[in-house]
Amino acid sequence: MNLTLKVWKQKNKNEKGHFETYQVKDISSEMSFLEMFDVLNEQLVAEGKEPIAFDHDCREGICGMCSMHINGRAHGPWHHTTTCQLHMREYKNGDTIVVEPWRANSFPVIKDLVVDRTSFDRIIEAGGYISVNTGNAVDANALPIEKQKADEAFAAAACIGCGACVAACPNASAMLFVSAKVSHLALLPQGDPERKTRAVNMIQQMDKEGFGSCTNIGACEAECPKGISLENIARLNREYIGAVFSGSGEGA
Amino acid sequence: MTLNSKIPAGPLESKWKNYKSTCKLVNPANKRHLDVIVIGTGLAGASAAASLGEMGYKVKTFCFQDSPRRAHSIAAQGGINAAKNYQNDGDSTYRLFYDTIKGGDYRAREGNVYRLAEVSANIIDQCVAQGVPFAREYGGLLSNRSFGGVQVQRTFYAAGQTGQQLLIGAYQALERQVALGNVTQYSRHEMQELVMIDGKARGIIARNLVTGELERFFGHAVLLCSGGYGNVFYLSTNAMGSNVTAAWKAHKKGAYFGNPCFTQIHPTCIPVSGDHQSKLTLMSESLRNDGRIWVPKKQGDSRKANDIPEEERDYYLERRYPAFGNLVPRDVASRAAKERCDAGYGVGASKQAVYLDYSSAIERYGKTEANKQGIENPDARTIRELGEGVVKEKYGNLFEMYEKITGEDPYKVPMRIYPAVHYTMGGLWVDYELQTNIPGLYALGEANFSDHGANRLGASALMQGLADGYFVVPYTLGNNLADDIRTKAIPTDHPAFEAAEKEVSDRINRLMNIKGKESVESFHKRLGKIMWNKCGMARNAQGLKEAIEEIKALRKEFWSNVFIPGDIKEFNPELDKAGRVADFLELGELMCLDALNRNESCGGHFREEYQTEDGEALRQDDQYMYVSAWEYKGDSQYEMHKEALDYEVVHPTQRSYK
Repeated sequence: MNLTLKVWKQKNKNEKGHFETYQVKDISSEMSFLEMFDVLNEQLVAEGKEPIAFDHDCREGICGMCSMHINGRAHGPWHHTTTCQLHMREYKNGDTIVVEPWRANSFPVIKDLVVDRTSFDRIIEAGGYISVNTGNAVDANALPIEKQKADEAFAAAACIGCGACVAACPNASAMLFVSAKVSHLALLPQGDPERKTRAVNMIQQMDKEGFGSCTNIGACEAECPKGISLENIARLNREYIGAVFSGSGEGA
Repeated sequence: MTLNSKIPAGPLESKWKNYKSTCKLVNPANKRHLDVIVIGTGLAGASAAASLGEMGYKVKTFCFQDSPRRAHSIAAQGGINAAKNYQNDGDSTYRLFYDTIKGGDYRAREGNVYRLAEVSANIIDQCVAQGVPFAREYGGLLSNRSFGGVQVQRTFYAAGQTGQQLLIGAYQALERQVALGNVTQYSRHEMQELVMIDGKARGIIARNLVTGELERFFGHAVLLCSGGYGNVFYLSTNAMGSNVTAAWKAHKKGAYFGNPCFTQIHPTCIPVSGDHQSKLTLMSESLRNDGRIWVPKKQGDSRKANDIPEEERDYYLERRYPAFGNLVPRDVASRAAKERCDAGYGVGASKQAVYLDYSSAIERYGKTEANKQGIENPDARTIRELGEGVVKEKYGNLFEMYEKITGEDPYKVPMRIYPAVHYTMGGLWVDYELQTNIPGLYALGEANFSDHGANRLGASALMQGLADGYFVVPYTLGNNLADDIRTKAIPTDHPAFEAAEKEVSDRINRLMNIKGKESVESFHKRLGKIMWNKCGMARNAQGLKEAIEEIKALRKEFWSNVFIPGDIKEFNPELDKAGRVADFLELGELMCLDALNRNESCGGHFREEYQTEDGEALRQDDQYMYVSAWEYKGDSQYEMHKEALDYEVVHPTQRSYK
């Protein structure tokens, strides 16, 4: 199939970006969306032009590196799918596809479709862990955990940190990301001792990074490639309010 | 130089205990003045950096991705082995050790492997304490499953995302140390050169991939945790950015490369769909717990899978290896698939695939589930639905991924699979302390050669990465740094840093100034084809000799005709890739040399000239019971050193899974 692509080009974070239009020919329906971009980039290199910069690594939907906003949707049209797992059988000959980077003040553009997501690392640094040094652990089976709880914790821990939730949210809120981590750890007994400081500190860091507030729109859940549930945000709110009112959640 | 593996004396089971009790220590006040550089933030790098940070060392981590959490360990699916014997099925430290030695076809060190088995149980404890949500049974205890090459259930898992959960655990521990100021992390940075001062590794030159600037970093020690080199084949299950550059630079500075030809071809990957293919996707080995592998009994049978009746299917693994069936080790399963396809029994449009079929598992689980739910005389449809439910819970994410990529529903039609490059057992030569022959330079995880011999067992890569990082290097590094406490941090305007930086910038300038006609990608593809055809699943002397000449020619062409767009001092992924491919173009040659030298078949290294009557790998223990450790001597010049492997406990035999 032949396609028209309108792709965001931006030299670096200081310069203004714009859309460029490209034509690609003979795209196979078996290709992944990123393989279609490979074809375009090879074409550009052959013409002596600079290819389009985009983030990608594992191409298996798990590393969280790929991050394209495709026809107005984070990671494109497929449900529970990262950009790298979207395949070209979705499109037909003659289609026009618009591709942009994640749009959020807290994710500044580095180049073209590549954005800076180090704010997510800093949110984890603020408390997204259990403070246990290597070598301090008791036998793993000394602590039975209800299967349902473990499964719920796993479902929250499945977040890949791609930032689609932020890109999809009109407020550019990072609540789904933060809540997934807070839930993962709050649901497990190991995470209990720090649950209050964790919720408060992570929220504070999120605000400091300039992410917007949550107004219960739900676009984050709808676009999340890993199906992280909105229930996590409800849990985060409970954790946060509980911590603040108990007075023990003072930022550490 | 003679190779000293530094295996401690004494009986196998007390070597590590004795080492830990007698190794030198660094007191906390001194640790604060010791800098450690960690390259790569996968399981080995993140676990090492976090643990060393906790101990008080000043750690710097480097990764080329935008965050440490993206390292390719994240994509490991199936699980992690540990000799916990929670299933009461006869497992023990010795048995995990023995399975690993045998699985590696008797080409690994006993001392290292025993230590690995010994610390395996601690890893599970540590990860659970960090909040890694492993799969559990209804009683609240941890669940296990089986992997290839073993007859016990010792694999711990988190659905099909075990690597992700373990890496997130290590990443969180790492971020905690970043917050505490013990670790400084440098993302989107790539190591370009090792800096040596007075014969010791003392730092690195890294390129900031955002600005293109070269930056200098000092370390009392440098830990390479940079993963494997499977991308030399172009198509592999590795991430697009996985590369050999850090290890290769160290190699060219004098670190020996161990067993470079030992590569693992994983039997169950989604087949290539066309020339556009950029990478291959693994379908976890755990699928062989329940899935059955078959091809039609008739050559060139073009009927659809579901139209081929049971009696016309050849479950060739169950036929050839009744004792282990579908759970034979990876090298054996891969070769068997290739043998069937080469003989004309392959399926799918390309005929380069076999079936991995879940219909009997779905039926079996469906019946059990119906029983559990008290449904009497369930009809076929109910059984199927219930069975699909169980399979979905166990393997749902893998089935979903298969459907996204192929457009076929694996619950209804068998998956098509074919072997693909997955892991490299070879890597930098290290001693028992994980130190290379360059003092102060260490290699951990897949980047070293040490524990898997000629073939790695499934679910053992995660085990090794975390063993090295959490439980081995924190001891062995101290043993060596104890002698370095008087060494003050060396300023990075030292001439050795100047010279190393100049080397890097000259090289980059040279690459940019070629201004040829062909893209980096195209050279990488061409190299991959040579490697796959001549140094892949089956190798022979003539093919390897041809490959060496072809690679040399291709390298020459690369250095005269590659085209890299953009500038040096900016974000330029084409330039990053060019540096990596340039290194692959050298490594490929060494892999072929090593494969040509090893006139035997063992594990993943299959030389067609050396096979038993029924097509199994034929080792030549009298001649090749050694690690080949290659020293770089200049362009295309290598000298091989041998480290003899002494088996004191296990008696090597012809490996049999029949």
